Amino acid sequence: MLSRVADAIYWLSRYIERAENVARFLDVNLNLLLDMPTGVEQQWKPLVITTGDLKFFNEHYGEFVAEQVVNFLTFDRQYPNSIVSCVRSARENARSVREAISSEMWQQVNDFYMLVTAAEKAQGTQSLSDLTDFLAAVKQASHSFNGVMDATMTHNEGWHFGHMGRLLERADKTSRILDVKYYLLLPSAEDVGTPIDELGWMALLKSASAYEMYRKSSRSYQHRITPAGVAEFLILDVAFPRSIRFCLRQTEQSLHQISGTPFGAWRDPVERALGRLRSELEYLTIEEIIKKGMHEFLDNLQQQMNDVDGKIYQTFMALPPLSSQSQTQ
Amino acid sequence: MRFDSYEPGNFFDELFCDRNTPRPEVQPLVDRIHALPEGELLRRQFAAQQAMFKLGATFNVYGEDEDIERIFPFDVLPRIISGQEWQFLERGLKQRIHALNLFVNDIYHEQKIVQDKIIPLDLILSAKGFLRPCIGLNPPGGVWCHITGTDLVRDRDGQWYVLEDNLRCPSGISYVLENRRVMKSTFPQIFREMEVQPVDEYPSRLIETLLHLVPPHISDPTVVVLSPGIYNSAYFEHSYLAQQMGIELVEGRDLVIADGYLQMRTTQGLQRVDVIYRRIDDDFIDPTVFRADSMLGVPGLMEVYRSGRVAIANALGTGVADDKVIYAYVPEMIRYYLGEDPILSNVPTYLCWEERDRAYVLDNLDKLVVKAANEAGGYGMLVGTQATPAERQDFAQRIQANPRNYIAQPTLCLSRVPTILEENFEGCHVDLRPYILYGEDIYVQPGGLTRVALKRGSLVVNSSQGGGSKDTWVLC
Repeated sequence: MLSRVADAIYWLSRYIERAENVARFLDVNLNLLLDMPTGVEQQWKPLVITTGDLKFFNEHYGEFVAEQVVNFLTFDRQYPNSIVSCVRSARENARSVREAISSEMWQQVNDFYMLVTAAEKAQGTQSLSDLTDFLAAVKQASHSFNGVMDATMTHNEGWHFGHMGRLLERADKTSRILDVKYYLLLPSAEDVGTPIDELGWMALLKSASAYEMYRKSSRSYQHRITPAGVAEFLILDVAFPRSIRFCLRQTEQSLHQISGTPFGAWRDPVERALGRLRSELEYLTIEEIIKKGMHEFLDNLQQQMNDVDGKIYQTFMALPPLSSQSQTQ
Repeated sequence: MRFDSYEPGNFFDELFCDRNTPRPEVQPLVDRIHALPEGELLRRQFAAQQAMFKLGATFNVYGEDEDIERIFPFDVLPRIISGQEWQFLERGLKQRIHALNLFVNDIYHEQKIVQDKIIPLDLILSAKGFLRPCIGLNPPGGVWCHITGTDLVRDRDGQWYVLEDNLRCPSGISYVLENRRVMKSTFPQIFREMEVQPVDEYPSRLIETLLHLVPPHISDPTVVVLSPGIYNSAYFEHSYLAQQMGIELVEGRDLVIADGYLQMRTTQGLQRVDVIYRRIDDDFIDPTVFRADSMLGVPGLMEVYRSGRVAIANALGTGVADDKVIYAYVPEMIRYYLGEDPILSNVPTYLCWEERDRAYVLDNLDKLVVKAANEAGGYGMLVGTQATPAERQDFAQRIQANPRNYIAQPTLCLSRVPTILEENFEGCHVDLRPYILYGEDIYVQPGGLTRVALKRGSLVVNSSQGGGSKDTWVLC
């Protein structure tokens, strides 16, 4: 398939997933606030840190207050990773490959965009419950898109590029939110066990739709919420669809479907980088991670995932420059 | 809604002979509409428009915000052409394309028509669409214009005229196909009753036409649609046609010349391209030969094309016959190349480079329509009957400064079709663009795009200037 088309489908899925995750972050924070005793500092700054775009926020906004951060993350068209910008980018990508995706997918992205622009226009007249409804609708629209894509598009090369984009993005966002929250919730060992603490960990799980699944999980420390348990679930769980390990396994499977290389072997740099990263996760324990330092571990993980993304681009999209060859004949 | 108060007026009406008297073949449609409950037709019109929007059958208007996509307004009342009338048009169009193709081939080779003094050489050389790099080019089978969208109009007396030939990359066919799809679900019974000729064959015919250009020794050809990209006003159509034919939609940046062939960049490396259905203008195809600032084309493509290692539809250089001065000679071409009388008429055309014509044009600017020879889409035009004296003065000067670049034609009074305007039937002016494919033989799609001027009394049907479209029914 055309490299440009593969790239567009990859980013289409990534942007949809990104919009969903931004909605998740916001939603959980709004929820958490309602449970906080008054006087506790509101946690808007960490939310901005989670996005990795603190610099942009500082340049364009003043304070870390609810109104500003919400606007930044939802309807700021200047900020490329706000919900509206993500969905717009997803739609632009979809529009450029309409003949390669299914009509149903196109329609779904189009509807998604209309949903967001309608909410954007209604801004200012909104109450908190409208905002919560909107965030729920964004998550739902992303799920619908994924469902429609699974059910209506041939699971061909293009689909696998989309699948890789979606799962890499998800792994990245899970690691980011864990990184920020972990640091916040557990700056030192003494904070463990206070009531706010548990609420914070629950919020973290909920932002990854992981709360119920965590409770049910057989490895969940007798159903109790503990920092190590939560971190293990979100990083290393083998079957939870938002855990980093799960996401990377899926990404790798799609990668091998595309290249045709048998699973466990590698032929190009991206297969090597991703295979290595995934195997490492397969054999790590949470104790090792904690010992090594959560932040250091996650930071390193994010860098390696960025490296995988870069290598996907190098391997499939950016074919060797041909400007010299094109002059022949 | 009823046609009782519909006023055909002093125009040629495509559906009515006279007030309350539909043309015989149109009667079943009128009966059907009269049988609908009150408000039903408007409801169907609304539903049809919604369906278009959902399909994303949109176009962009140049110079507007990226988020503005519009649907081409659609009117549910069809334009109807009898089987007999259509046979006449079909014969005329085939004859015309046949002659035009011979003409294009001739002027890039021996130029016999010039030697025989039918057309002056100057006019050919000064036509903007005449491309010197195409001299001596041999497209497969000697066919240059594979896809044509001829604009036809009808005057007050019902006489058909060819307005433009559009031999480069005519657009609009996607609307024909989508309009039909929507109409079939809007009026299913009438379709059965009236025996409307189907249009759905077009994508299959088009891919056959393109595959016909593949050299016989290539068994696994790659055929692509080349588009300028998502910001082009006709992008929907490019994507739609690629999808309907199941071929790749490529942009210039996907393509590269390597090892003497045109290749596209895929995830598995480079892949050879054999046929391009190009939807970008000649000028933009190859920046090393034509416009150097073009970002849309492929550097080096012309050389590969000349060597016959890639086929392009339409061939480069066909635009020479879109020059409105050259257009005036089409009837002569038909006589010269085919030895036949033209079946379809040209609009009588005054050529300003000829002294006598020029004098007449300058004396009668208030009655004529003046057009620049190389413009399209309603630009560079003076409608004398509606122009101010200052505008006429301006055009008089332009004509005198550059007589070669101007032609004039009498103001035609385009035929009308009843159309829903503000919940009433009103006669609106229409034109007709049938699509003709030239592969192994010449195929005329039954129907074509009927464009309708949706502003009351307006004669301008262009989508960029408030036009809409209708389904065109050719009866068996």
